[in-house]
Amino acid sequence: MGRGLVLHLCTIALLAAAFFVLPAYHSGNLARIMVLAIYAMGYNLAFGYTGLLSLGHALFFAAGMYGLSLAMTHLAIPALPALGLALVAAGVVAGITGALALRTRGVAFMIVTLMFAQAGYLTALYFSEWTRGEEGFVIPQAMRNIAGIDLSGETGRYFAALFLFAVVLLLIGALVRAPFGRTLIAIRENEARATMLGYDVQRLKWIALVVSGMISGLAGAAYALLFGYAGASFAAVPYSIFPLLYVLLGGAGTTLGPLIGAVFMFYLIDLSSGLTDAYMLVAGVVLVALTLFLPQGILGTLRKRGLPWLP
Amino acid sequence: MDFGPHLMLAMLEGAVAAAILALTAMGLSVVFGVMRVVNVAHGEFYMLGAVIAWFVATTLGTHPALGFVAALVIAPALVGALAAAADKLILQRIDYDPERTIVATIGLLYIIQQGTLMTFGPDARPVEPPFNSRIALPWYEWVDGKLSFYYPWGLSITSYKLFVIAAAAAILVALWLFMTRTRAGLIMRATQQDSQMAQAFGIPVSRVYALVFGLGAALAAMGAVLVVPIQQAHYLMGADPLLLSFIVVIIGGLGSLPGTVIAAILIGMSDGVISVFFSPTLAKILATLAVAMVLVFRPQGILGKKAH
Repeated sequence: MGRGLVLHLCTIALLAAAFFVLPAYHSGNLARIMVLAIYAMGYNLAFGYTGLLSLGHALFFAAGMYGLSLAMTHLAIPALPALGLALVAAGVVAGITGALALRTRGVAFMIVTLMFAQAGYLTALYFSEWTRGEEGFVIPQAMRNIAGIDLSGETGRYFAALFLFAVVLLLIGALVRAPFGRTLIAIRENEARATMLGYDVQRLKWIALVVSGMISGLAGAAYALLFGYAGASFAAVPYSIFPLLYVLLGGAGTTLGPLIGAVFMFYLIDLSSGLTDAYMLVAGVVLVALTLFLPQGILGTLRKRGLPWLP
Repeated sequence: MDFGPHLMLAMLEGAVAAAILALTAMGLSVVFGVMRVVNVAHGEFYMLGAVIAWFVATTLGTHPALGFVAALVIAPALVGALAAAADKLILQRIDYDPERTIVATIGLLYIIQQGTLMTFGPDARPVEPPFNSRIALPWYEWVDGKLSFYYPWGLSITSYKLFVIAAAAAILVALWLFMTRTRAGLIMRATQQDSQMAQAFGIPVSRVYALVFGLGAALAAMGAVLVVPIQQAHYLMGADPLLLSFIVVIIGGLGSLPGTVIAAILIGMSDGVISVFFSPTLAKILATLAVAMVLVFRPQGILGKKAH
């Protein structure tokens, strides 16, 4: 077993133990953080590993969220098949977005993804008859269970979040060590060289974006399922910025960076929203400070300074 | 109202929107043209211009015209200085790396927007226009084969709105003269063509960049000062101009100044007309998707030339 895998298993065990140690308020927060960390891990696959700086991942998050919640409330589909539908929805949206947006690169890619996400957000508002717009809607508590496990209760919710988090973490850990992940890193480092070596760069970037979008969609669906609410604000610009923020803070291209970034940012924003309405100020300051002083994030800096084995 | 006068009214409103948009988008375009930098915080410089205009107008408390003129001078100057400082302190230090610049300006966006929320508050506040008389507009129809004029109810525009169109045009002409006829404009264009060569000829490129970034923000602020007597100042008002400016700059061809003006008129007018006759949300969805498609399939813009 490699050191990376041991670290991942220890992290999962630590998170499981945290539920029994932490007071209810914090374990509730931690469930939310784990779901957001799944989102950030999906984003990290595109941005951190493949070098695709998307400003529109909220589109995929929302595709998963609405895929699940609309199917459950309007079609009365049970939670598990609805989760599958959510993954399909996010995958299809990411596939179409990717096929178009990946024709561009760099700044144009950022703007195109931003605009697709904006169109998605406006679409959610336009169909407010079903989505109820910004106000959103609640998923009935009675429906929120899988195989008899109640996902609206504290314990069920926490361990469902942990289960999904663990699956995605181990999946990404394996993915980035496999030849596929190595090739993505090669594309990030030098796309022209990867092309010259004979890799179908365009196709690989598309696959990376679809997988990234599906993981983001899974996070959106899990958020709706575990917290029982879906609203258009999850499709808006800040939700495209959050995963970027988490990943940059924790360290782009590290497997645990998204979790660390999500924990730090969640509590920073949580603390400051107690003090002022202008809590997004913290996000702004952190973004500027990171680009200036810590462009590789926490784990990226650690990896450079003495822990080169960090996954 | 009949369709004709209604369309006329929509086009007049569209022309006002287009004038403001041309100024705001021009700021974004100048910055992109010279510095090759995408400034996501551009909409917040616009918002800041409107908020400062409100502060100036209420602090002076004199005749609205005096407050307005003062705001037209003070707001762009302050916003420009702030932007130049942000360029020195942040963008220059990350060496204008395209991706990090976007991330940093997203940060700047939230800092300015939320800073305004903390000081200015969440309310929308009006600024009184310097003058505001109603001008009823005539409409014609054929009666018994003869052209006859009448004044349909509701077809009117205010003198201030006409002034906005004229002022925006004047500022754009002044900018064009500045860019093509003055030494400073020449230096800016030299930096745009080849910044390394400009540096080799002794042009202080970093100072030019700070100046250009400030100029771009000041143009947005001017647009906002002009618009604030029509629309109220609010801390979230920067989002729509940012998106529309992006659309204009992309359609006009990134960095092309004449393209920007033409696209601003096109987009501003059609936005005005479409949102009168159709659901504004649907119009925005279609416009956003259309522009994304332009960027995907014709990245040099509708009017731009292919890069060589």
